[in-house]
Amino acid sequence: MSAPLPPPAGASRPVRRIDRRLIPVLPFIAVFLLFAIVALFAPWLAPQNPYSQDLLGRLRPPGDVVRGTAYLLGTDELGRDLLSRVIYGARVSMLVATLSVVVSLVIGVALGMLAALFRGAIEILIMRIVDVFLSIPPILLAIITVAVLGPGLINVVLVLALTRWPRYARVAFGQTLSLVNQPYVRFARHIGNSTPRLLWRHILPNIVGPITVVATLEFGLMVLFEAGLSFLGLGVQPPMASWGSTLNVGRNYVATAWWIALFPGLCLFLLILSVNLIGDYLRDRLDPTSKR
Amino acid sequence: MSVTARAPTEEAPLTVRDLSVHIEGAPVVDGVTLDVRAGETVALVGESGCGKSMTALAVMGLLPPAAHVDGGTIRINGSDTTRQAEHAMQRLRGDKIAMIFQEPVSSLNPLMRVGAQIVEALLSHRRIDQQAARRAAIEMIDRVGIPDPETRFRQYPFELSGGMCQRVMIAIALICEPAILIADEPTTALDVTIQAQILDLMRALTDETGTALLLITHDMGVVADMADRVAVMYAGRIVETAPARALFARQRHPYTRLLLGTIPKVEGQGRTLLPTIEGVVPDMRELPVGCRFHPRCPLAGPRCRQEAPPLAAAPDDPAHESACWFADRVGEIA
Ligand SMILES: Nc1ncnc2c1ncn2[C@@H]1O[C@H](COP(=O)(O)OP(=O)(O)OP(=O)(O)O)[C@@H](O)[C@H]1O
Ligand code: SF4
Ligand SMILES: [Mg+2]
Repeated sequence: MSAPLPPPAGASRPVRRIDRRLIPVLPFIAVFLLFAIVALFAPWLAPQNPYSQDLLGRLRPPGDVVRGTAYLLGTDELGRDLLSRVIYGARVSMLVATLSVVVSLVIGVALGMLAALFRGAIEILIMRIVDVFLSIPPILLAIITVAVLGPGLINVVLVLALTRWPRYARVAFGQTLSLVNQPYVRFARHIGNSTPRLLWRHILPNIVGPITVVATLEFGLMVLFEAGLSFLGLGVQPPMASWGSTLNVGRNYVATAWWIALFPGLCLFLLILSVNLIGDYLRDRLDPTSKR
Repeated sequence: MSVTARAPTEEAPLTVRDLSVHIEGAPVVDGVTLDVRAGETVALVGESGCGKSMTALAVMGLLPPAAHVDGGTIRINGSDTTRQAEHAMQRLRGDKIAMIFQEPVSSLNPLMRVGAQIVEALLSHRRIDQQAARRAAIEMIDRVGIPDPETRFRQYPFELSGGMCQRVMIAIALICEPAILIADEPTTALDVTIQAQILDLMRALTDETGTALLLITHDMGVVADMADRVAVMYAGRIVETAPARALFARQRHPYTRLLLGTIPKVEGQGRTLLPTIEGVVPDMRELPVGCRFHPRCPLAGPRCRQEAPPLAAAPDDPAHESACWFADRVGEIA
C-alpha cells in the first residue's frame, strides 16, 4: 500500500488545466445560467404583467402588436403575454427544483450516512424504506402524495422532497460504507474524532462528488416532475404560471395557436437537456465509481 | 532505556489484565496480560492472525462490530476503560493514547491539507487558538524530521511520499503528547531504509517525552532494535514475556525460539527469503486441546496434548515468564 494514491477528485491540484471534456458542455452551462438569471430577475425581465388579461388580444401570434404593445411570443387564450408567462414559469421551475433537491438531499444524505455508520437496526429500518420508495414508479408516488396533500407550489416541493430523498440516501449509504473502513477514517477515529466530526469533516467532503452528480440529474427530473404535475393540474395552481400548465392549455390550441405549447415545451426541453449534460460531465469528472 | 528507572509502585500508563475477546465464538484474544511503562517500548510479536491487532484495538476501544470483549480490565493512565462510555473513550483517544498503523498514505484524509489534519488533532483535545495550534503543528512537522515544515503544512497527502506520510501520521498521533502510543506494524509498507529511519524517529520521540510505546510487529529484527521488553503471542495467548536482552539470550518457549530463527540473514544481496516456522497457524475456531502450539512443537509430549501450560516465571528470573511444560529444555531445539 505504499504506492501514492492518485490525487482525489475535487482536491486542488498544483497545476490547474482546463478539462477538454468541459468544452462541449460550456454552451449548456450558459443555457442553464441563462435560465437561472431569468428566474431570479423575472419581475425585471418580463415585459408585461404575466397575470393581466386582455380579452380582445387573445391567441395573438408571436410578434403581433396590439394597441401599441408588442407580444414577442404572442398571447395565450386569455390574452396574457406568453413571453412574460414563460419567464415567470422559469421562476417556478427553478424554485421548485432547487428547493426539492436541497431538502431531499439533506434528508437523504443524513439518513444514508447514519445508516452506514451505525449499521444494525438503524440501517435495516432506513434502507428498507429506501428500497420500498425506490421500487414505486416515481411519478406515481408523486401523484399519490399530491392526492393526499393537495396541489400548490409548497406542496409540490414537499411531495418531491419526501419522495426523492431515497436516491441520495442510497448513494450516501454506499459511499459512507466504503469510507468508514478506509484507513484515514479509522485513523481519524483513533486520534479521538467524535462521530459528528467524523461524518462532517472526514466522510462528507469525500462523498460530495457522487452526491453532486445525483443532485444534478435529480434537478432535471424535478423540473420535469413539476411540469408533469402542473400539466395534470396537480402542481402549481392557476393563475400562477408554470410551463407544465401552459403546455396543457396549449394542447387544446395546437392547431390554431401552436406557440402556446411550443415555447414552454422548448424551454423545458432546453433546461432539462442542459442540466443532464452538465450532470453527465460531472459524473465523468467527479464520480470515481462510474467508469464508462 | 532503563526498565527499572521508575518506582515500581507507580502504575504503568497502560495495564491490561486477563483481556479476552472473541469473534464469532473464536477466542482471538485469550487472557492477555500486558504492561507498558512510561518511557518503555514493549514489542508484541507473533505470526499473522495471532491476535495482535485485536489486542491493540480492544485497548483503543475500537474493536470491529463482530468482536466482543469477554472479560479483563484495561487501565489507561490509571482509569479502567473497559466500563467507560464511548464519549469518554473519545476524549482519551488522541490525547492520552494514540495508535498508528500500516497504511501511511491512505491513513491521511486525501482532501485535507497535512497541516489542517495535525491542527485538528490538537484542537480536538486542547483549548488553544488557531494561531498557537498552527505554530505547534509546524513545530511538530519539524520534529518528525520533515524539511521545510511551512511548505509541507500547506500540502495535500498525495504530494508526500509514503515515508513522509508516516512521519505526518506520527506527528498527528504525538501532537497531544499521549502517555501511550500503539504502533501496529508501522513500517511494514515502507522500504527498508525508510523503515529504519521511521523506527529511529519513533524511538527518539518516545524517549524524549517518556511515551510508553507498544510496538506490534512480526519482524524479530525490529524487536531486537527497538524493544525493552517483548511479549510473544501465539493463537490469542501470550506464550512468553521477558526483558528483550533476557529473551534474546535464552528462550523459554519453543515458539519464541523458532521465531528468532526467522530473522532474515542480512548477507549478500540484502534480505534473503524469510524462513518460516513449519506447520500452519491453527484455525481459531478449532484450537488444539492442551497446548495450542503442540501440533507444531518439536518438544511436544503427551502432557502437552492434554493440559494447557500456564504462564509461569522462570525459577531464576521472575521477569521472564513463559507458558511451556518444558521451558527448561527449549535450548535443545537447534
Ligand atoms: N473483522 C473481523 N471479523 C472476523 N474475524 C476477524 C476480523 N478481524 C480479524 N479477525 C480474526 O481475528 C484473529 C486475530 O486477528 P488480528 O488482526 O488481531 O491478527 P494479527 O496478529 O494482528 O495479524 P497480522 O499480523 O496479520 O496483522 C484472526 O484469526 C482473524 O482471522
Ligand atoms: S507445552 Fe509442550 S507443546 Fe507447548 S510449547 Fe511447551 S513443549 Fe511445546
Ligand atoms: Mg494486525
